[in-house]
Amino acid sequence: MRRKTAAVAIAAGMVIALGLTACGSNKPSSNSSGGGGGNATPAFNAAIDKVFNPSTKKGGTLRFAHSGEFDSTDGADTYYGYSWDFIRLYGRALTMFAPKPGKDGNKLVPDLAESLGQPSADAKTWTYKLKAGVKFEDGTPVTSKDVKYAVERSLDKDTFVNGPTYFNDFLDLQGYKSPYKDSDPNKLGLKAIETPDDRTIVFHLAKPFGGFDYLAMLPATIPVPAAKDTGTKYKEHPVSTGPYKFDVFNAGKNFALVRNTSWDAATDPNRTALPDRIEVALNTNAQDIDDRLLSGNLDVGIEGTGVQAATQGKILGNQDLKKNADLASIARLWFSVINADVAPLDNIHCRKAIEYATDHEGYQRAYGGPTGGDIATNLLPPQIPGAKKIDLYNFASKPNGDVDAAKKELADCGQPNGFAINVSYRAERPKEKATAESLQQSLSKVGINLTLKPFPSGDYAKLYAGKPDFAKNNKLGIIIYGWGADWPDGFGFLQQIVDSRAIRPGGGNTNLGIKIPDVDALIDKALVTTEADARNDIWGQIDQKVMENAEALPGLWAKALIYRPPSLTNVYVNDGLGGFYDYAWMGVKQ
Amino acid sequence: MIRYIIRRLLAAVLLLFVVSVVTFAIFFLVPRLAGATPEDMASRYVGRSTSQEQLHVMAQKLGFLDPLWVQYGRFAKSIILGADYSTGPTTVHCPAPCFGYSFLTQNPVWPDLTDRLTVTISLAIGGALIWLLAGVATGVLSALRKGSFFDRAAMGVALAGVSLPIFFTGLLSLSIFSYGLGWTAPGGSYEPFTSNPAQWAHDLLLPWITLAFLFSASYARLTRAGMLETMSEDYIRTARAKGLPERTVVFKHGLRSALTPILTIFGLDLGLLLGGAILTESTYSLPGIGKYAVDAIKTNDLPKVLGVTLVGAFFIIFANLVVDLLYAVVDPRVRLA
Repeated sequence: MRRKTAAVAIAAGMVIALGLTACGSNKPSSNSSGGGGGNATPAFNAAIDKVFNPSTKKGGTLRFAHSGEFDSTDGADTYYGYSWDFIRLYGRALTMFAPKPGKDGNKLVPDLAESLGQPSADAKTWTYKLKAGVKFEDGTPVTSKDVKYAVERSLDKDTFVNGPTYFNDFLDLQGYKSPYKDSDPNKLGLKAIETPDDRTIVFHLAKPFGGFDYLAMLPATIPVPAAKDTGTKYKEHPVSTGPYKFDVFNAGKNFALVRNTSWDAATDPNRTALPDRIEVALNTNAQDIDDRLLSGNLDVGIEGTGVQAATQGKILGNQDLKKNADLASIARLWFSVINADVAPLDNIHCRKAIEYATDHEGYQRAYGGPTGGDIATNLLPPQIPGAKKIDLYNFASKPNGDVDAAKKELADCGQPNGFAINVSYRAERPKEKATAESLQQSLSKVGINLTLKPFPSGDYAKLYAGKPDFAKNNKLGIIIYGWGADWPDGFGFLQQIVDSRAIRPGGGNTNLGIKIPDVDALIDKALVTTEADARNDIWGQIDQKVMENAEALPGLWAKALIYRPPSLTNVYVNDGLGGFYDYAWMGVKQ
Repeated sequence: MIRYIIRRLLAAVLLLFVVSVVTFAIFFLVPRLAGATPEDMASRYVGRSTSQEQLHVMAQKLGFLDPLWVQYGRFAKSIILGADYSTGPTTVHCPAPCFGYSFLTQNPVWPDLTDRLTVTISLAIGGALIWLLAGVATGVLSALRKGSFFDRAAMGVALAGVSLPIFFTGLLSLSIFSYGLGWTAPGGSYEPFTSNPAQWAHDLLLPWITLAFLFSASYARLTRAGMLETMSEDYIRTARAKGLPERTVVFKHGLRSALTPILTIFGLDLGLLLGGAILTESTYSLPGIGKYAVDAIKTNDLPKVLGVTLVGAFFIIFANLVVDLLYAVVDPRVRLA
């Protein structure tokens, strides 16, 4: 018996020892807050349209987390809004969005350039003069050749697959492919960009583009010293021109930035550079990010898409949490294309019947109700310059649909008893499925019968809904979709989804079937217009034309519920950046 | 014995080869049979705005246009000899065993794997020690005190351990110890052993215990059953009759033969875990092989998934080999002539 007792004691001892070790662990030293901030009191939406907790106090570590892999930290290879926001901490493009809350942020201001671009009369040549005194992190002065080289390498889509193709589309390339295949000894063989001196850069376009200042804002114009270019490895340490430079980079895990001592605040009125250090954790559980934000162990969920559904309920149901949250408009539209290729939708009256019969509140409910966004009556989100409220089908006065008007349109269409078509959505997206079901229910009231057709989201645009033949043959009459602006301007938002010339028969389209000759003509007119107000007005007309033709069914203008931990100072939502907090302006309490 | 080991080693290599062919086929042959064109397969590796021509160029660059056996040959060659990849201005060499090159993160897979392997090994070994000790000790005690309160309580807890999945116990422990009491970093973290052993153990303690809670349960039940059986064998009675101390009877005669099946299971479990403790690593945000696999699957990053599969297969095969060799040590009855 003694032996057994000994064994019991050993086992029990082991359990206790394990418990003790756990008890003995120290609490992680928490950042106690104190001083620093302004006098702003926390309130719901306090960082929308104004700066919350203004501060000029420097120091501290600003902690970001990402639920997946960072798009890319290389300016040539990045195509996500959060990344275009974050990259300004270590890179300076020719222009940038004004560091101002709300709509004021939509205005472009010069960054690396002294002023916005000087266009030629035909809007095909754009000239920028660089500020004096801007240096790379090693102290070398930035020249226009470094900007040219940066744009050149961004053209190489074999190497940098992720970035946008605007420079490929607009520059007069004359067959130029890549600086890596360039016979010029300095790798500056591209004729479309001239650098007459070290501070002047001239862009020659193949076709007019009145809004070129937006392209000058793209991260691809952040200068890259050719000698330091390591291609796909460059993202591990992009040579900084901003207030921070890379300290560590662990692929797939995390990276951190420290102060760049070569950055001169005198050349840069657009950044505050408050924190001493910036850390980004990658591949963190999305729910874990929310928990850390709420418990004060994290400052920002970098993706800016807002908290998870479960956390939304928690925040909205608790006044103490809600006062630390912002419901930001994110320049994204949830909408459906009404495909005129599918009979009887080739008849405009049948398309209008769908506009009238839709339950718009049902569409909104599918995305979580008002937290998901406002009911959209047209395409352009209201925060985008030039957007007008166009409500041709009484969405506002009849939010649950107008059955009588729909039936009248059906009669005019010659289908008084309705018709049957298919509705497609992305299978992995429960909100789109809910939309399809809501449409199915509301349209059935006027005899339009929908069959649900889910497709895998990875190939939705490439093989299914975005392939014209497939959509037509499979009678995809309503194609549920969503679209976010590349930048807050008619071109940046609308062109990719309404220009019929952007439709490629092979698939992979972003325009899922809107084909209106008047719209194409107006786009061409907008492209040659250099005066911003006049150009924005044309984009408003384009929006109107699409709605008149009833080829798009707007759902809602999306919003994101973002949690704003009390640790943040100098924080506001910038509309120019697409509804993100301005990462180059914020600081932390210490 | 040496001939046996050599034979087993050769069989292990053959098995790895078969696994590599099968996994390669799953990733590169099955999509083709399902009707995917090389361009469709390349579409995983390109950005948002890509033309059909660009896709074709990418498919060519990735070698998807070549016959499958050429693609497998290239893959096998990269494992044995390493491979070269273009970064744009230069070419980098990815040393053997390269296991491919992720075109999403633009990193070779092998250094990623070795980097994360230390985390997974730390987790698996620590957890395994705890569950083996706790499980076997509980099992032995329960068997010796069959029907007692301890036995019933221990087996009840064991049943709970087997039934509760990691994503439940893990999240519960996080909510109590990490967010609630603040004993560990919120949501879990990892410090390499080499930089700070105390912090390393501190960070891993919760994952170890969570993992051990799940595994030790089945070990306790297995040990208990095995012990009950062996302790009623004739030779135990003989040993007791010889006047051997009870400790020798229990541990040397009873436990030793009850241990053989435990060892088999242990080898399999450990091998499986070394290939990535997916749930535990994801729950505690540990940057190990399992988390790497999940992240890769989420982003359709095939070379990484392929690499993890092969490393996992290697560990399972290797662990089995070790177990088979250890059999001979533990159980003289299976010792080869």
